[in-house]
Amino acid sequence: MRIIVPIKQVPETNAVKMDEATGTMIREGVEAIINPLDLYAIEIAIQLRESRPEGSTEVIAVSMGPPKAISALKEAIAMGIDSAVLISDRAFAGSDTWATSYVLAAAIRAIGSIGVSPVPGSIGVSPVPGSIGVSPVPSDEAKTQAGSATGGTPVLPDLVLCGERATDGDTGQVGPGIASFLGMPVLTYIGKIEKVSDGKARVHRLVEDGYEVLETELPALLTVVKEIADPRLPTLRGKQKAKKADIPAWGPNDLDVKAECLGLEGSPTRVVKIFRPKVARQCEKVVATDEQAIHKAVDRVVEFLQKKDLV
Amino acid sequence: MEYKGVWILAEQSEGRVQRISHELLTRGRDLADKRKAELTAVIFGSDINADDLQELIDRGADAVIAMEAPPLEHFLPEPYAACMLKLIAERRPEIIIAGATTTGRTLMPYVATRANAGLTADCTVLDIDAETGGLLQTRPAIGGNIMATIKTPKHRPQMATVRPRSTKPAPRQQGRTGKIERLAAPPELLASRVRRVDFVPNPEEHALADADVVVVVGRGIKKGENVPIGQKLADALDAALGATRDVVDRGWLSYPHQIGLSGKTVTPKLYIGMGASGSIQHLAGMQTSENIVAINTDPEAQIFRVADIGIVGDLFEVVPVLTQRIKEIKGKE
Repeated sequence: MRIIVPIKQVPETNAVKMDEATGTMIREGVEAIINPLDLYAIEIAIQLRESRPEGSTEVIAVSMGPPKAISALKEAIAMGIDSAVLISDRAFAGSDTWATSYVLAAAIRAIGSIGVSPVPGSIGVSPVPGSIGVSPVPSDEAKTQAGSATGGTPVLPDLVLCGERATDGDTGQVGPGIASFLGMPVLTYIGKIEKVSDGKARVHRLVEDGYEVLETELPALLTVVKEIADPRLPTLRGKQKAKKADIPAWGPNDLDVKAECLGLEGSPTRVVKIFRPKVARQCEKVVATDEQAIHKAVDRVVEFLQKKDLV
Repeated sequence: MEYKGVWILAEQSEGRVQRISHELLTRGRDLADKRKAELTAVIFGSDINADDLQELIDRGADAVIAMEAPPLEHFLPEPYAACMLKLIAERRPEIIIAGATTTGRTLMPYVATRANAGLTADCTVLDIDAETGGLLQTRPAIGGNIMATIKTPKHRPQMATVRPRSTKPAPRQQGRTGKIERLAAPPELLASRVRRVDFVPNPEEHALADADVVVVVGRGIKKGENVPIGQKLADALDAALGATRDVVDRGWLSYPHQIGLSGKTVTPKLYIGMGASGSIQHLAGMQTSENIVAINTDPEAQIFRVADIGIVGDLFEVVPVLTQRIKEIKGKE
């Protein structure tokens, strides 16, 4: 079984600057982390591998980002991912969720068509640059072969696991977008994977008033939420493996993509203005430092509530 | 054929049209009026209540398209997307807005990619550009630190989702008429590789979203054992208990309690927050509450920027006094 986990490196702090001219985020100079929900996707992917016979399952992480995103992929390997691929090129800069989904889907296909030998301990996906022939975005009838990839025919992974959303863009659109481009069913807000077997997965989808128990054929794409697992910390051994890991970086020439669908130019949406949100309410502040003041403050609040018919 | 008209994606559960649909009508009507276009409510389901469909007209839709079949009873990505794509191809709406519900946030991107459409999630403001007639989509980003206004210059339709409870439901108007089309969904569009096996309700989920009064505990409560301080105030007020992300991350309360950008958005009549500093990402989930009271030891806490009344003090001392007072008042009634 093959599981692919798309991950995103996001800014750590909230104090990120936007490039007013292009409306995109300036990523340099801000500390970067793996998008928190992606940690949960990585964790559950590793748990799935650990629950199956050794050597039968491989987990590959893929990330589209600037060159420094490689550190996020190394962190994923340090947690226990088998191998990783970075998708990086100036051509991808400024992508909105449509263009990002497009490229990540192409990357997932490319991983499938190259073939990665599921030899335990093998590191790295070695592409033959320029020779990757991935079939164009399929219609719904796309046939896929689950499981082993020996190269040549594009093969979809059994599972694609994503975090439900990223903390910078917060749209939650790329998971479903990738699934759509790959012709896979998408199951979002997954809080539990009950079982994966016989080409099917049974999961819990957390919705507004409870959860659905869904059964899906594989391949499928799941977006996961915090309930699903507790992300492990990288181990020393993992960090050593990550240090030595060979993570190739692919650009547009390594993928079956059209130039006009990439980056800022290929994005249907365009940011036209960014501004600081206005937060405006006249706050009546009451200081309550001693017992008398506390009672006065509580009086004031109660008076306010009664006036508004709230109590 | 040009793209014309504003659509809202109404939602149903057990055949009954949901409140989000009426909220969307408010937004849709505004856009349709500015565009001088027709407003259509599109809905997928099975055996949808006829009066509820008429109510969509009463509340502002010029037309309703209800596409129905038993497999559409509950949301499933593939049949819903296939039906929606077919309607889009046939009818060519210029604008589609949906709720940022679990359904909307799944269906809209799944459809937008296939339809080559632009999609913006969680819009707080939707407007029409006076010059171009295009949809202006404004939303928070980077944890709410930034507001971004987004356009979809060329691709059509222009799609957007709007947070539930960020809009007042459109009121009923007397004497409105409109066309209601009930279409049988084409069987070839109903294939699904996903099957719904069971549904387990969680009444707790609704409590927070629907509550008139919400009490929130933040990191200032210092440990999980102190959650009862907030719970007691909530009980006294018949309120729901919510939490900031810090509290949930520490495991003091579970994720369904989380209010904020990556949790729930609430718009209760009254929000009382204790020990919550008011990070932008939390504010995003509660700042449109009607009345906001905050208790925090830090006079500079961000939460005071959105509060109507702020008590600068120690919640461990203030809240029990407040709780007691509320209990006394309510006891008298």
